[in-house]
Amino acid sequence: MSKILPAPWLSLFLLVFWLLLQNSVSFGLIILGAVFAVLIPLYTHRARDFSIRVRKPLILVQYAVLLLIDIIISNFNIAAVILTPRRKIKPALFEYPLDITGEVPITMLASTISLTPGTISAELGRDGRSLLIHALNVHDVEAVKRQIKERYERRLQEIFQC
Amino acid sequence: MLEFAVQFAFGAFGLALLFNVWRLIIGPETADRILALDTIYINSLALLLLLGLWHDTTSYFEAALLIAMLGFIGTVAAAKFLLRGDIIE
Amino acid sequence: MLQSLPTWADYLASALVIMGALFALIGSFGLLRLPDFMTRLHAPTKNTTLGVGGIILGSTLYFSVSSGLSLHELLIAIFLFLTAPISAHLLAKAGLHLEYKMIKETQDLRKKPEQYSDKDD
Repeated sequence: MSKILPAPWLSLFLLVFWLLLQNSVSFGLIILGAVFAVLIPLYTHRARDFSIRVRKPLILVQYAVLLLIDIIISNFNIAAVILTPRRKIKPALFEYPLDITGEVPITMLASTISLTPGTISAELGRDGRSLLIHALNVHDVEAVKRQIKERYERRLQEIFQC
Repeated sequence: MLEFAVQFAFGAFGLALLFNVWRLIIGPETADRILALDTIYINSLALLLLLGLWHDTTSYFEAALLIAMLGFIGTVAAAKFLLRGDIIE
Repeated sequence: MLQSLPTWADYLASALVIMGALFALIGSFGLLRLPDFMTRLHAPTKNTTLGVGGIILGSTLYFSVSSGLSLHELLIAIFLFLTAPISAHLLAKAGLHLEYKMIKETQDLRKKPEQYSDKDD
């Protein structure tokens, strides 16, 4: 199993990607896509220097839905900030202590932060234990930190068990 | 109704592109210009998709996908150059 | 030329296209009028991405209803949502390291600001 399919999720993703790209589903396309989905991970898995193991896929799906809703809400917030006079805004630049470890979870958390309400992750600290975050309009930095911790980081911790 | 919506969107994206070009011209920092270029490619990609919708054809899709990929790589390359090119050397 | 759709699809696709266009317009407007680089970074990365997402959803709906299921435009949306945070992150990093001026209302809560700067070496 692991000899032929070193990365089953990547293979599945490649197959779905191929079918979407072709924009049709037929027997021949699925066969060709399956061949690609097996060959490409075999050829590239030596270059993957991180291992990713999703322990709880269901929470991952829930996380994606939550993220989508938050993205839409954050867009309304940003639109409101842009359309109000500029005197009102109060940006902040703060460090966020990380609880999770591992490259993939931290990358996912940083991307999540960049996509959600008024925050952008700007830099990983030198020691790899904190993220520098720029927020567009906050009055209470601690509340933002708490929100990130409770809403996203805890779920990621559960998904990847790290 | 959709006809009106697409026309409205053409106008909105045209105006958005004008804003971006204005930011591209006035700068003031290099990173602002990179950001403006990034936004320009995303907006023009949306215009291309709208054009496909207007002409009822899906043949603009590949072009839009290519713009998305090349634009991302261009932005990353420019930002990397800004970070490494004139600081460490 | 545009084909005519059933009423619900017509209105839904129109709403998606108009909302996407408005978001993209607001994002570009924010790029123009926010006061400093780090705040300007917020507008296009979020709003323009969602704006294009709205256009893509509208167009997917139109093609799916008028001529068979057609989902391949979703690829562009997925790609944009994956890459927008990365380019934003790199640009923010560049802005920090080059120490672009921030407006004076910015609350700088970094403990050691110099560790993020490359200005003097």
